[in-house]
Amino acid sequence: MSALLQRRPAKTSESPAATGPRRRVGKAPTPGKQRRENLAAYGFLTPWFIGLVCITAGPLLASLYFSFTDYNLIGDYGWVGLDNYERMFTDERLHTSLKVTFIYVFVSVPLQLAMALALAMILDRGVRGLPLYRSVYYLPSLLGGSVAIAILWRQVFGAEGLINQVLAFFGIQGEGWVSHPDYALGTLIVLNVWTFGAPMVIFLAGLRQIPAMYYEAAEVDGAGPVRRFWHITVPMLTPIIFFNMVLQFINAFQTFTQAFIVSSGTGGPSDSTLFYTLYLYQRGFGDFEMGYASAMAWLLLMIIGGFTAVNFLASKYWVFYGD
Amino acid sequence: MATKTKAPVASYQDRYTRAERVRRLVTHIGLIGFGLAMLYPLLWMLSSSFKPTADIFSSPGLIPENLTPGNYSEGWTALQFPFHHYMLNSAIVVGGAIVGNLVGCSMAAYAFARLEFRGKRLFFAIMLATIMLPIHVVIVPQYILFSELGWINTFLPLIVPKLLATDGFFIFLMVQFIRGLPRDLDEAARIDGCGHVRIFCQIILPLSMPALATSAIFTFIWTWNDFFSQLIFLIDPEMYTVPVALRTFVDSTSQTSWGPLFAMSIVALGPVFGFFLAGQRYLVKGIATTGIK
Repeated sequence: MSALLQRRPAKTSESPAATGPRRRVGKAPTPGKQRRENLAAYGFLTPWFIGLVCITAGPLLASLYFSFTDYNLIGDYGWVGLDNYERMFTDERLHTSLKVTFIYVFVSVPLQLAMALALAMILDRGVRGLPLYRSVYYLPSLLGGSVAIAILWRQVFGAEGLINQVLAFFGIQGEGWVSHPDYALGTLIVLNVWTFGAPMVIFLAGLRQIPAMYYEAAEVDGAGPVRRFWHITVPMLTPIIFFNMVLQFINAFQTFTQAFIVSSGTGGPSDSTLFYTLYLYQRGFGDFEMGYASAMAWLLLMIIGGFTAVNFLASKYWVFYGD
Repeated sequence: MATKTKAPVASYQDRYTRAERVRRLVTHIGLIGFGLAMLYPLLWMLSSSFKPTADIFSSPGLIPENLTPGNYSEGWTALQFPFHHYMLNSAIVVGGAIVGNLVGCSMAAYAFARLEFRGKRLFFAIMLATIMLPIHVVIVPQYILFSELGWINTFLPLIVPKLLATDGFFIFLMVQFIRGLPRDLDEAARIDGCGHVRIFCQIILPLSMPALATSAIFTFIWTWNDFFSQLIFLIDPEMYTVPVALRTFVDSTSQTSWGPLFAMSIVALGPVFGFFLAGQRYLVKGIATTGIK
């Protein structure tokens, strides 16, 4: 992630990122001055250092340690070696949760991004009232993760919910979507696609960056809209597509609230919405098997990290960073 | 000769603009229809919150036949504490988180954007990496730490980490912004004998208002909506925030009290919607420059 985030600002004409060798060449600060600046910087960074040790990096390492123990918050605990990790191989519910999460991630994110790109392209063609449309489409992204929206979803896709009322109008008898094992996950995928507004705004900003002359030149050469899309828009937009993809995948892997509310915390019906994070919560904070939950957390970290790494490696072959 | 060739060109242009106009109209109709379809569930929830519960399960329309505010008064007192109790709790958490993020992250951002120091590159990379760190990976040790400190069931686990600049996203956003500010101002101030603290407080912070506003709005919305950590750290109903209270509401709800539940959901969404309207400019700019959510 960091490489990507750094690459973008570096493209602008601002001062060079992070430590500027340029600056050091320009005027070498006296040792005393540099020491004062060091001290000042560490002073400003003190809260962040404490946070790093106590809230982020420290707990990260601590959870690695706990993953080799049978810690359960109360009572004694001891080192159990790889037991927690071995247990994962035989934990059927863990396998279910992985399956559910992967289906959710790999179905909802591509749909969401395709929707975002399509709408961004329509809006980018000089549509009047763009700010209004953008706001309307963006709104669900802000609300989508809230408990209130999950409650709404539970009703809308319920047996007597809004969807079925509309279907009944056409004479169709609908299912209780959220309470049917085959469809419950689908309703959550719809919910994620519904929040396409945030990547859409990013796509819009990206489309603005494509010089109009490319399109003009292609048009003069007789390229139709389809070819212009595949040969100009998509290649020029690949960094943004990549960026959105990494971001949305990471977010989707961590989805929790919606599944928790829709299933009352059970991951049901019959574990069909048992997201990985939901199962982790059940193990760690329902049964206080914190050692096992820590091992699960590290597996999640490795999945997300590994997946992001693969994404970055693959990006060499399809992301186009200009010349 | 000249007139002969001009006439068809003109009529061609006429036809073109007419086709163009039709195309635009169709685009707008499509966009409006799509927007309405997207917002329909929200609008329907708003209208349903004014319907008697029986009507919620029978009328998919937006206009309530029997308009009643009863759901709101019923929902307000349906839980152990009146709903404003939970809203106040949420407000405390959100307020603390905003202050914490603004103070902690702006300090770190100043160091990263303006100062040269040993280890800067490494620390910056670590900071960026923490943005992507899933909270689930650190929540167990955090819980253990906070319970050792006796902070479980207080608001401290939700506020203190913000003050410790653990939301790297906002540091990144502010670094980006501060880097764009002209250096001449702080150089001049330094020549006049200003220390870093004064430069930070009197030059950088006032100039960074847009970035601070963006951070404050995002912090508000994310913290107000946040469920996972509030669910874990708040135990007693007395300490519940709005999302956690809503969760107990929905779990205790039978078919008959969807009206009050919807009403309280609308109340819960209201502040986010308000901030969205007030801060749209900052939000769109914030997403476009940093690209998150």
